[in-house]
Amino acid sequence: MILSEVATHGLDLFFLVPWVVFFPVIGLLINMIFGGRMSEKAIGTLASTASGLTFVIATLLALSLRTHPEGATVFLAKWIQIGTLNLQWAFRVDTLSVTMMMVVGGVGTLIHIYAIGYMHEDVRNKNDIGRYRRFFVFFNLFIAAMMILVSSDNYLMLFVGWEGVGLCSYLLIGFWYDKDLLGRDSIENAVAGKKAFIANRIGDFGFLIASFLMFWTFKSVEFGKVFEMAGQIASENPGMILAITLFMLLGVTGKSAQIPLFVWLPDAMAGPTPVSALIHAATMVTAGVYLVARSAPLYMQAPMAQTAVTLVGAITALFAATIAVGQYDIKKVLAYSTISQLGFMVAAVGMGAFVAGMFHLVMHAFFKALLFLSAGSVILGIERGHHHLPHAEHDSDHEEEIFDPGDMRNMGGLRKRMPITFWVYLIGAIALSGIPPFAGFFSKDEILAEATCLNKTAYILLVIAAFFTAFYIARQIWMVFFGKARHEATAHAEESPPVITVPLIILAFLAMVGGLLNFPGVHTFTKWLEHTYNVFHVHIHAGEFNPTVAITSTVLALIAVYLAWLLYGRNPLKKEEPDPLRKILGPVFVGMNHKWWVDELYWAIILNPYIALSRFFAETVDWTFWHDWFHEKVIAGSYQWLSHVLLSQIIDLGFIDAIANGLGSITKKSASVLRKIQTGYVRNYALSIFLGVVLIIGYLIIK
Amino acid sequence: MIPTTYYIVLSALLFIIGALGVLIRRNAIIIFMAIELMLNAANLAFVAFTRMYGIIDGQVFVFFVMTVAAAEVAVGLALIVAIFRTKHNIDIDQLNNLKG
Repeated sequence: MILSEVATHGLDLFFLVPWVVFFPVIGLLINMIFGGRMSEKAIGTLASTASGLTFVIATLLALSLRTHPEGATVFLAKWIQIGTLNLQWAFRVDTLSVTMMMVVGGVGTLIHIYAIGYMHEDVRNKNDIGRYRRFFVFFNLFIAAMMILVSSDNYLMLFVGWEGVGLCSYLLIGFWYDKDLLGRDSIENAVAGKKAFIANRIGDFGFLIASFLMFWTFKSVEFGKVFEMAGQIASENPGMILAITLFMLLGVTGKSAQIPLFVWLPDAMAGPTPVSALIHAATMVTAGVYLVARSAPLYMQAPMAQTAVTLVGAITALFAATIAVGQYDIKKVLAYSTISQLGFMVAAVGMGAFVAGMFHLVMHAFFKALLFLSAGSVILGIERGHHHLPHAEHDSDHEEEIFDPGDMRNMGGLRKRMPITFWVYLIGAIALSGIPPFAGFFSKDEILAEATCLNKTAYILLVIAAFFTAFYIARQIWMVFFGKARHEATAHAEESPPVITVPLIILAFLAMVGGLLNFPGVHTFTKWLEHTYNVFHVHIHAGEFNPTVAITSTVLALIAVYLAWLLYGRNPLKKEEPDPLRKILGPVFVGMNHKWWVDELYWAIILNPYIALSRFFAETVDWTFWHDWFHEKVIAGSYQWLSHVLLSQIIDLGFIDAIANGLGSITKKSASVLRKIQTGYVRNYALSIFLGVVLIIGYLIIK
Repeated sequence: MIPTTYYIVLSALLFIIGALGVLIRRNAIIIFMAIELMLNAANLAFVAFTRMYGIIDGQVFVFFVMTVAAAEVAVGLALIVAIFRTKHNIDIDQLNNLKG
């Protein structure tokens, strides 16, 4: 009966949507309460199951959307009711939010499974079950917060998720808050977490201002109401729409690591590798892209804001790609690659190519999660090799050479030692560099094709960025996997266990065939997202396939790979040998290697003046002026004068005491006179009574 | 019939003797007897006026006075006994503890 109903009406399981938040919350609660008595395997399996169930729910929602493409809004609870503001915990199920749910749930689950193995092997873990449990609690919390972010029905609930993922990002970057990569005492990771949190806070400030302005003009922060009124408000008050969208852009630059707030993401690599893959590559950092894609009806009304978003994205894409070329750390290369790819997405959604942006978001989630997780596998493999070295066994407290398992200058020749990791890494790299027929080619090409007709400047910037992308990832492949091992540990590296490699293989498969999702001419994904955008009359490009663009970018990518082969493949880097690019590019390479001194620049123009200013406020204004002079001299001094001289001496002693003492002395004096009457002889009293009676009677008679 | 004036004069004389006794004498018993004398002077006045007006109110009042006097004697003698126990005499001038 149920089956026949499904056949006639289609699935309608939208009411299940709150469970995408409930499952991870249940998972983390169980782990928090009972995790201390559970084994590592049980903790990890539980967390992965919780995450996997959210993916199941997301899949059911997607199936329901096939027959009911209009989606639904599922009300959960009342939240805030003040005056005209009426906010609810309501989940918005449409094709856009369900796409994000599937990415978060699917990629999230694979990374959860990977983390079971990874966290067990981390050299810093040392069988500390408390830490192991904490990691998975944070991971589940992240999934819950991210689901709130993508499923919300209004900007304020989205902000709750937005802050929630920010918190998890902070907690997980500083997960090894007391140890560095090698297990030595250090607070570097905690500092990196703090940096990420503060940079995000600047962006959140922009998001909040945007929400306030939105409430001010629209009298609502619900997506439906805001988007419906967008056109009307835009004609009445175009400046306000521009202000809202630009402040929102500030939020996007914080969360999605765009210029000028991108500096936190490279430092965020201090977190364990699954964190880098899940939060800082696949999901959280794409929240900004999602926000712009979600706010499409607003951005469509503000062409200037669109241009700003596009240029920020395109410039970031190129800027970060050049930095990635000059990095030696395997994860830092991927971090700048992520910033660069996020720039592609932001540029795409900025141009109005929302489908292309979202498509690249999904593909990027596949191949960048794959690359990060493989990089984690490489690092683990080298750590295993390092562990087997004879010297590591006996003089562990002796100061040995500083060995960084993430430094590509120590790698080389891993192709033979770690074949599975090599192949999946290669697939991820090809997908990233945009060589057909892998996932990245289709999504990146769609962005470039859209850019040719929407924004020429962005097109040029993005094509150059794509060239650099292919170059740095090819450089990485050759440095890590080809040539000869440049360190003893690398020579002894070992392949990772299946708990790590199986998720990698699944992701590699997705990175290979993901492009089918929006194959040119078929446009499954475009039609899928159209349902969401049609509601608000946002016209989306069909994203026509442009052979010129496709061939240009493919040829450029191949040239970049060839150049990388010339430099790094033909003559593999020797031990202690400087990077060949350094000879060719000279100071330019130094700039790339030093991240164009952006951190130093921020220190010079923002942080140092800021610290000096706060010192001035603390020492001069607060301490010398406010404390020493105003409080001590003015307030305390005048109060003491008031109390000692005026109130105490004059008023209290001179006046109030005088009254009290005067009354006392009057009583005393009159008593010393009157006591003489009191003789104590009964007859004296009797006589006075007698005389009194005689007097009264005499008075009565005379009257 | 003896005129009422005589009774009243007698009553006044008795009262004056009682009042002087209270004021002058030091012996507590004597003072006590003087108080009784004043009470009975008042009783005599009551009775004399009752006879004069031919009504019974004064007679009744005399009974009340006698009752009060009896109670007073009981309390007063008890006080005197208590005083004697502590002071070993009943000289009223010795009891000047309340002197200011």
